[in-house]
Amino acid sequence: MTAVLAVLEQRDGALRKVSHEVVTGARRLADGLGGEVEALVFGTGPVRGTDQLAKYGADRVVTATGAAFASYAPEGFARAVAEHAQAGGYRAVLFAASATGKDLAPRVAARLRVALAMDVTDVAMEGGAVTATRPVYAGKALLRVQLGGAPVILALRPNVFTPVERPRPGAAATVALDLPAGRVIVKHVKAAAAGAVDVAEAPIVISGGRGLKEPANFKLLEELARAFGGSAAVGASRAVVDAGWRPHADQVGQTGKTVSPTLYVAVGISGAIQHLAGMRTSKVIVAINKDKDAPIFKICDYGIVGDLFEIVPRLTEEIKKAVGH
Amino acid sequence: MKIAVCIKRVPDSETRVKIAPDGKSLDEAGVKFVLNPYDEFAVEEALRRKEQAGAGEVVIVCLGPAAAQETIRSALAMGADRGVLLQTDRIPADGFEVAKALAAELKDGGWDLILFGKMAIDDYNHQVGPMVAELLGLACVTAVAHLELAPGTGTAEREIEGGIEVVEFPLPAVLTTEKGLNEPRYPALKGIMAAKKKPLPTKPVALPPGGIEVLALLPPAERKDGRIVGEGPDAVAELVRLLREDAKVL
Repeated sequence: MTAVLAVLEQRDGALRKVSHEVVTGARRLADGLGGEVEALVFGTGPVRGTDQLAKYGADRVVTATGAAFASYAPEGFARAVAEHAQAGGYRAVLFAASATGKDLAPRVAARLRVALAMDVTDVAMEGGAVTATRPVYAGKALLRVQLGGAPVILALRPNVFTPVERPRPGAAATVALDLPAGRVIVKHVKAAAAGAVDVAEAPIVISGGRGLKEPANFKLLEELARAFGGSAAVGASRAVVDAGWRPHADQVGQTGKTVSPTLYVAVGISGAIQHLAGMRTSKVIVAINKDKDAPIFKICDYGIVGDLFEIVPRLTEEIKKAVGH
Repeated sequence: MKIAVCIKRVPDSETRVKIAPDGKSLDEAGVKFVLNPYDEFAVEEALRRKEQAGAGEVVIVCLGPAAAQETIRSALAMGADRGVLLQTDRIPADGFEVAKALAAELKDGGWDLILFGKMAIDDYNHQVGPMVAELLGLACVTAVAHLELAPGTGTAEREIEGGIEVVEFPLPAVLTTEKGLNEPRYPALKGIMAAKKKPLPTKPVALPPGGIEVLALLPPAERKDGRIVGEGPDAVAELVRLLREDAKVL
């Protein structure tokens, strides 16, 4: 029986990386239920990368094709997922808590008239019920909840569910859906600067604060990010976003993005509680600050006290040597 | 322009979280409560749209305890015309129950726009706005960072990973606001005085718990004490060695 539906994302005809994380979370729940995982992705035709999903534990991959699915169409997608979920009788429906997932999952939950747990960092089956853990108060506390309803709906925080290989035989199907896109239409997507990585999904985040002294000095952080070879994003504290030095999309903290990268480097950030809340779940935290008493040093794994204008260029050189970029 | 803005009373972002003796909720002793920061953008946008239209009404709708009257007054002090408090001491963890209560209040209101902050900074539910839109059958755009309106239609921009979606939608619509949409005004003394006289009826509501049962509110995982690798640029080589050999992140 199919137990768990994983709703995946693609862009420009290729699956997004976060999809493997959603399948991994779905597999974990399906194992607890003794059921199967079905992955659902939308497109105008075949989606690249779907052949890899069996490796991460998907028993079946359904590609729903239709003219309405050329780009994200909130109403068309919500209707398609809700109808698919209703017909399939799944125990759980999982999304990524990405920009798209945060828009789509609530619409689907409302259509199915069930609860949604957003931004989940852990899921389990306990005594026959689905439980989830999610950070609240920007990560200053964790809420453990039990979900009722059929299906239960979860949106998983990106970068938390490390993809685990759990090969299944796998099967693929394509269904043509002739649905209207709806009233809300994405006309086009303005791409960010070439190669830019979003702070919420980057495995490495280099963030700067007021210690950078002026906006132009963020180029030091951009150079450091480049030294990591394209996988690093540049983030910012609320102080520098409020000052207009950096766009809000880059803000890390309680009124910005909550991030969980493998490596977080805080440069010239003292560590206000609302910033710490947004990055404390990072796997490894490095802090560079001239004030040895800055709160950031209390939660970092490795700290260097000193002048960031001397330290960061040296770090960029050393990282280039270490990772070969 | 007739605009409803749904707001929430939340602990200030500087709050240090202490867990109540029940192990499931926030200890509110000594906590300062404020208008949810994302809702400030919604209130400001509503006021600007009404001002541009030259006519209309901005109505603040809030689900919360009696103390949320103060939160509504702060939005009225910014310039909103009137408020309504759906009064309950218990806001369920299930955002869909909140959405149903708000939708029941908002339906048949003849709104051109219904605005929300994109999320509340306490429960991070990030869902009530689009759920209300579904319940009311209205078009919806979430996390709007830029907005242009024309008669009967609008264009919004929303941030996605690595880009910005440009979205067209018909009015009436439900929009949720992202930081950067505008710069919220501070209430002037005159506004604060005027707010005291604006209509603010209270309607008691009782919400069922819905599909989410809170098992526990827990402190986040402790981070083990960090170490200062050294001072100045000479410490960089050791830091990189630690990242590679100790933390294994390079």
